[in-house]
Amino acid sequence: MLEVNDISLTFNEGTPDEKQALQDINLKLSKGDFVTVIGSNGAGKSTLMNIISGALLPDVGDVQINQKKVTMMPEYKRSQYIGRVFQDPMAGTSPTMTIEENLALAYSRDKKRSLRPGVNKKRRDFFKSALNSLHLGLEDRLSAKVGLLSGGERQALSLLMATFTNPDILLLDEHTAALDPSRAELITNLTREIVEETQLTTLMITHNMQQALDLGNRLIMMDKGQIILDIAGEEKLTLTIEKLLHEFQRIRGEQLGDDRAILG
Amino acid sequence: MFISIFGAIEAGVIYAIMALGVYLSFRVLDFPDLTVDGSFVTGAAVAAIAITHDVSTVLATMLALITGFIAGSVTGLLNTKGKINPLLSGILMMTALYSINLRIMGQSNIPLLNQSTVFTRLSDIWSGLGIDTTLNQGLSAIGASSLPRTWSILIVMLVVTLVIKFITDYYLKTEVGLALRAAGDNEKMIRSFSANTDHLKIMGLGLSNGLVALSGALYAQYVGFADLNMGVGMIVVGLASVIIGESIIGTKSIMRTTFAVILGAILYRIVIALALRSTFLDANDTKLITSVLVILALVIPKLISTHKESKRKRRKRIALQQRAKGEV
Repeated sequence: MLEVNDISLTFNEGTPDEKQALQDINLKLSKGDFVTVIGSNGAGKSTLMNIISGALLPDVGDVQINQKKVTMMPEYKRSQYIGRVFQDPMAGTSPTMTIEENLALAYSRDKKRSLRPGVNKKRRDFFKSALNSLHLGLEDRLSAKVGLLSGGERQALSLLMATFTNPDILLLDEHTAALDPSRAELITNLTREIVEETQLTTLMITHNMQQALDLGNRLIMMDKGQIILDIAGEEKLTLTIEKLLHEFQRIRGEQLGDDRAILG
Repeated sequence: MFISIFGAIEAGVIYAIMALGVYLSFRVLDFPDLTVDGSFVTGAAVAAIAITHDVSTVLATMLALITGFIAGSVTGLLNTKGKINPLLSGILMMTALYSINLRIMGQSNIPLLNQSTVFTRLSDIWSGLGIDTTLNQGLSAIGASSLPRTWSILIVMLVVTLVIKFITDYYLKTEVGLALRAAGDNEKMIRSFSANTDHLKIMGLGLSNGLVALSGALYAQYVGFADLNMGVGMIVVGLASVIIGESIIGTKSIMRTTFAVILGAILYRIVIALALRSTFLDANDTKLITSVLVILALVIPKLISTHKESKRKRRKRIALQQRAKGEV
């Protein structure tokens, strides 16, 4: 479904600020895979995601979605295949537009936008039933402006907008990190429900190790621009935080440096 | 008095089309587009030249709209493809248009007084309908001393402006229109829903300046000339209309806001007309009055809401103190 082959990317090459963000990354996701990505700050998680989404272009290597090379395809075109939820709850929705208008924007993701009204009776019914699955009562507030919603509600809406058109790939970039614990749990549960139901091929970055263990069928750990650990299937089920830390120490010969990543 | 206000309303309705254009760039796209100062004149210039070359008046007006669209698109190209800051893109285009407008016109002023314009053609048809006599009879019955020469401009322009308003309202609710609004609101987000923000901005600025040029073309035919300097400060007039309208009518929905913008444009002309009737202000002070108006429209609503808020808090505090006293 998603293939990342020999991707490397260096920022500020040839200057004192040179930083090799990604080194020879290879990653292959099969249809229905739900992969969680952990690693300390600066490990290259977000850079990898930005390369997959097209927000950044790699120096070398290629990206394939559904056996189709998309390495140089601009971000806006590629996003017809990719649903994304960002860390900032404000980033995934348009605050001055209503809930139904936001959903209509997302609904047009894989279609050509025309001069027909974005919201009609049929779509409104569809939006209502989709919002129903969030259990937040948003289905009764279709014409409320999104700027009036709370951070948790906005993130839930972003998640719905990213997924309800069934994109080929779902990218979640620490999408619960900016929420308070109870809201974060709500979004985590919604993510689990939605991915289970739709069987979307998902890549989720998280700083929370427990979340990375609880969700998904595969876990990868990144450090200094490389994938250093890739655990799937049975092995992932028995994984614990202690084992992960131990593995990191074994591979890198040093303690995992970032407290936030450990305690998360 | 009545005649000068009547004239102000006529001009205001024509300016309202320009204000709707400014609303598209300034509010919907969140793009402070100074191209307006140039494209208003471009519209006037194209229409004037076409009319003096015996092109049909309606076609001449449409040509102006198209030229304005092109001018706006170039500003959009400078900003999106050239990665030039929005304000600077507009300034560059406005400056370039000054020379282009002079090229189009060939001289700095083109009189249209003895030409047939959309308005002279209109009054030919209109005078046969007898609406003017009826309305003026009504007016003199309520005691008006001086009567307007024709109602045709006001009524027909009002209809045209409202039609443009309804088309704008509809457009901003279509799939493309929603994407356009999102491009002004949250660019990163709409790009993640497969919309080409560059194309949307170019198109939005094109439409905006198309409306501005249309307004310029109609205004030139209304006043009977096109002048190279008639667009100076036009962006501030547009902003004044948007801001005055919004602070009076509000921005609850698109339909309401576009209505506010039209009303703002008319009110603006009325205020200017009234101010110019005072003894100490003359036509050269128009720009100063405009700026003061915009400043007032921006500051007063804020002052009112702070005042209301502090009053509310004081009331609450007093109520709390009184309750405390009562209990002791």
